[in-house]
Amino acid sequence: MPSTIDRRAAWRLSPEVSLRDEPFGALAYHHGTRRLVVVKSAALARLLERLGEYPSMEEALDEIPEGARERVARALEDLAESGIVSGA
Amino acid sequence: MALESGLRDRLEGGLGAPICLTWELTYGCNLACAHCLSSSGRRDPRELTTAEARALIDEIAAMRIFYINIGGGEPMIRGDFFELVEYAIERRIGVKFSTNGTRLDSRAAERLAALDYLDVQISLDGADEATNDRLRGPGSYAAARRAMENLAAAGFGPFKVSVVVTRDNVGQLDAFAELAQGYGAELRLTRLRPSGRGADVWETLHPTREQSRELYRWLCEHPGTLTGDSFFHLSALGDPLEGLNLCGAGRVVCLVDPVGDVYACPFVIHERFRAGNVREGGLARAWRESPVFTDLRGAGSAGACVSCGSYDACRGGCLAAKFFTGLELDDPDPECVHGAGEVALALPRRRVRPTSEVDHSRRLPVVGR
Repeated sequence: MPSTIDRRAAWRLSPEVSLRDEPFGALAYHHGTRRLVVVKSAALARLLERLGEYPSMEEALDEIPEGARERVARALEDLAESGIVSGA
Repeated sequence: MALESGLRDRLEGGLGAPICLTWELTYGCNLACAHCLSSSGRRDPRELTTAEARALIDEIAAMRIFYINIGGGEPMIRGDFFELVEYAIERRIGVKFSTNGTRLDSRAAERLAALDYLDVQISLDGADEATNDRLRGPGSYAAARRAMENLAAAGFGPFKVSVVVTRDNVGQLDAFAELAQGYGAELRLTRLRPSGRGADVWETLHPTREQSRELYRWLCEHPGTLTGDSFFHLSALGDPLEGLNLCGAGRVVCLVDPVGDVYACPFVIHERFRAGNVREGGLARAWRESPVFTDLRGAGSAGACVSCGSYDACRGGCLAAKFFTGLELDDPDPECVHGAGEVALALPRRRVRPTSEVDHSRRLPVVGR
C-alpha cells in the first residue's frame, strides 16, 4: 500500500517521544501511545533529532546519501504512521 | 508495550539502560496475598527516604529509562506516594503503578486522573468475590471494585484490571474481560510465579497444561490483552504471542526494591540476582557493570532444550520460574508446554528450592485497614 505521508510537508520528532541511543541505533518511546520502536541506525536517529529544523521531509532527506535515501524515507514514513514522527 | 519483531538477539545482548524499571516503593502492605511476589507485609526501616527516592528518580531520568512500574507492597501507603509519582512524571518518566485499591478513594482517583502519562493497574485475582478473596484476603474484592468505581467516576480513562492467572481463575477470562469492559478499562493478565510467597502456592495454583493451552488460545483470540510479556513460554504452542518473547531479566528490565537493592527482574528478589544497591554505587553502575547482569546477557545455554524444535519460540522460558522451583537456569521452564519441565522437576537428582532471605510477611493477614 502506498504511503499517505506527504514528503513535501514539515515533520518533526513528536514532542511526546523520548529517543535514546543504543549500540544498534536508538530506541524511541512514545509516552502517549506507550509504543516502543526500534530505530535501526544512528544516522536515522540523528536525522530524527533534527527533522523539525527542515521545511520538509524531502529537504531533510537531501542530507542522506542518495544510495540510502529511499530506505531512510520509508523508515521515516513508518515512524510517521506510528506517530513517532508528527506534523510540525 | 509493542515492539517490532526480529530484534530479539540484540535485546538479549542487553541495552545501555533498561526499557522499563520496576520499583517496589515499600514492603509494607495492608493485604497479605497468598502469592505475593515480594513477600510483603511489614515496612522495612531501611526503605529509601523521600530524598533518596527523588535522587533515584533523577538517576532514572539521567539514564533515560522510558517508564517505571511502581509496586510494592502497597505503594499508596507511603505518605510521599503522590509526590514521587508527580516528580517522576515531571522528569518525563512514564509511570505505571500497581495497587490493591484499598487507598484509592475518590480524592485519590481525582488526583490520579489529573496526571498525564500515568497508568494505574488494580489487582484482582478473581472475577467474583469468593475466588478473589481466597487468594487476596477477605474484603479485597470489594476494595478493588470500589477503587475501579472511583477511577471511572473521576474520568481517569482506561485503567488496567490486572489479573494473575491461576488454576482457579483461568476459567473466568471472559468474565474478567467483561468486567474490565464495563469500566472502559483494559485487561492485563500475568503469570503466577513461584517467587516470594508465590512459592507456597505455585504447585497447587499454577495452570495445568490443558489450562495453559486454553490460555494461549484465549490470548490469540484476544489480541491487545496486556500481559507484560508474561506468557512467552506459551509461544511454543504456535504463533508467537505479542511482545518481546524473551526473558528480559537484566537485559531490558530490572528491579529496585524498597531498600534500594537492584535485582535482575521483579520476580527474582534473591541474593543470587542482586546486582548492587542504589545507595552504594548507584543504579547505572549496577546496570552496566554488575557481573550478575553481564552474565545474564551472555548467549545463554539452551541446556536440555537444545534439541527441542520450540526453543526458538520460548527461549527456555522464565528464569524466576526455573530458579524458585529448584531447576537449573538451562533447564526447561517448569511449565514447559511440552511437559519437559514436569520431567525435569521429577528427576531424582537432589533439588533444592532456593528461598529468599528477604521476607517481610506479617504473621497474620490483616485486611482492609
